[in-house]
Amino acid sequence: MKDDPKLHWLVRPSSIKILWCLGLVILAALVLSDFIIHTHSAFGIDGSFGFYSWYGLLTCFAMIVFAKLLGFFLKRKDTYYDD
Amino acid sequence: MTIDTFPPGVLLIFGGLVLPFVSSGVRKTIVLLLPLLVLWSVWQIGDGTQLSLSFLEYELSIVEGDTLSRLFATVFAVMVFGGGLFALNQKEPFELAAAFVYGGSALGVVFAGDLITVFVFWEIMAIGSTLVIWSAKTPQSYRASIRYLIIHLLGGVILMVGIVMQIQNTGSAEFEAMKIDNLGTWLILAGFLVNAGAPPLTAWLPDAYPEASFSGTVFLSAFTTKTAVYVLMIGFPGTEILIYIGLYMIFYGIIYALLENDMRRILSYSIINQVGFMVTGIGIGTEMALNGAAAHAFTHIIYKALLLMSAGSVFYMTSGKRKCTDLGGLFQSMPITCICGIVGALAISSFPLTSGFISKSMIAQAAVDEQLFLIWMCLAAASAGVFLHAGIKFPWFVFFQKDSGLRPKDPPWNMKAAMIFFAFICIGLGVMPEPFYELLPFSSNYEPYTVPHVINQLQLLLFAGLSFFLALPLMKRTLTISLDWDWFYRRCGRIVYKLITLQILNIRQKLLDLSIYLIKHFIRLTHYYSGSEGTVARDASLGTSVAIVVTALAVLIVFIYQF
Repeated sequence: MKDDPKLHWLVRPSSIKILWCLGLVILAALVLSDFIIHTHSAFGIDGSFGFYSWYGLLTCFAMIVFAKLLGFFLKRKDTYYDD
Repeated sequence: MTIDTFPPGVLLIFGGLVLPFVSSGVRKTIVLLLPLLVLWSVWQIGDGTQLSLSFLEYELSIVEGDTLSRLFATVFAVMVFGGGLFALNQKEPFELAAAFVYGGSALGVVFAGDLITVFVFWEIMAIGSTLVIWSAKTPQSYRASIRYLIIHLLGGVILMVGIVMQIQNTGSAEFEAMKIDNLGTWLILAGFLVNAGAPPLTAWLPDAYPEASFSGTVFLSAFTTKTAVYVLMIGFPGTEILIYIGLYMIFYGIIYALLENDMRRILSYSIINQVGFMVTGIGIGTEMALNGAAAHAFTHIIYKALLLMSAGSVFYMTSGKRKCTDLGGLFQSMPITCICGIVGALAISSFPLTSGFISKSMIAQAAVDEQLFLIWMCLAAASAGVFLHAGIKFPWFVFFQKDSGLRPKDPPWNMKAAMIFFAFICIGLGVMPEPFYELLPFSSNYEPYTVPHVINQLQLLLFAGLSFFLALPLMKRTLTISLDWDWFYRRCGRIVYKLITLQILNIRQKLLDLSIYLIKHFIRLTHYYSGSEGTVARDASLGTSVAIVVTALAVLIVFIYQF
């Protein structure tokens, strides 16, 4: 599929694909760097392999899901207080 | 009294009061030059009391300098300059005047050496900030400013009662570290926390700040919450409860910002989130933690103002569009606004080489030093969460996501200049933290740029970013707001008020009905006895009449004679 040349290069599907690949390579490199760089561990768990990677990923998922669930109770139309 | 002992805050307040009465050209000159003069005068203030005044039997320290007050005053002056530059094309002269009074009173608080002076400037700050919101001159901003004022006056009353009790207890008005062992200090703490945006009074901030004008919100983000951080640092360092209040604020800010659709409300929630980091640091209370809180207050003022300038530019150039659902794709036509917004977003997320990295990490380091495992885990998760809710969400939904079809240009030169200036400070502090560390209250040899620290932080942030894009379907924007504690006074309070009013109306109606019934009955009775057919109106014989009159006179005579 040819990209629409009128689109800004940053939003062309092919560029987005490249950006994803680049991003994943950087992520992988960061995790693998744990083999080379030894973090001084303060609590034990923070010295485990790729700790900051999985901890960042999991806690962010948890926060997004928690916000979503809380939203079912707390979300109202944005005109709620207008009357 | 010379210029170097003249209170810089009062100088700024006077300047603000002059602004509405001068021509546009003179106003612009004052707006740009006065903050620089104030900045210079801040650095003329040495340690200890510089200006005192007798009030009743107390000796008030109107200006008392130390490292911490100069640090806060410096960033306040820089903020007034940057905010003023950004607001040069604000057509409402009243707003800048209010902003100068507001900024001046914040300077007054950080140089105050006693509780009475703190209180006086605290209240001027409430009025100045309310007028800034009011200056947007929309019905929404008017209503929000009144709600805002009510909360802050309430906070002021709590603070005043606390101060009076504290002075009663100790016999001194001096503003120094306190222990929460009596009602007075508890009330002072509560009064301070109202301005920090602590629970349960969190909602005033995202309610009111986004209703100000494109430039008003920039000023608002800086002073109220950060003076609260300053007074907490002086009054309550190491108070354990602040750790938990701070953690609540951190996660409250993240969760509510994730749910929010309005870009300026997203950034407002993130103010509470960032102040939460500082409050937690103050609660930990070690030198490292207090340095971290002070440094973070400084860097936060700059990058949050930058973010709100970026949002304000979008707001200004799209004639008031604020909702993520209406925006998107703006990077194509607003490159400078977009890049400056991204710099602010990276700084708030503590990316290496930005100001947030060199300040926030000190608070986490303090938790490590004190072996506070759970608190450290919370802070680490929260750092990732900041990138999620402010670092990516704001730029993504405003400048990228879908193409909204909007093609606004970058804003006028002064707004661009203000953004670029603040973006430079964000990066400059991040690249060269050493001179900045010299300004902190405690000397330390903290080194933020170690290889493991940079790698760990990048892992944390970039994987947070990955989770954002993986969970994007869950983040779809909706035209909604989220209920907060303010529901209790905006809705529940109104329901109770309505119920009570209805009851009062009901009782009033019943009383009216009863009165009408009684009046009618009285008229009927009168008619019965005194009407043409009534007992009283009937004719009596002459003899009977004479007898009645004589008897009455006799009774009267006896009565008068007796008494």
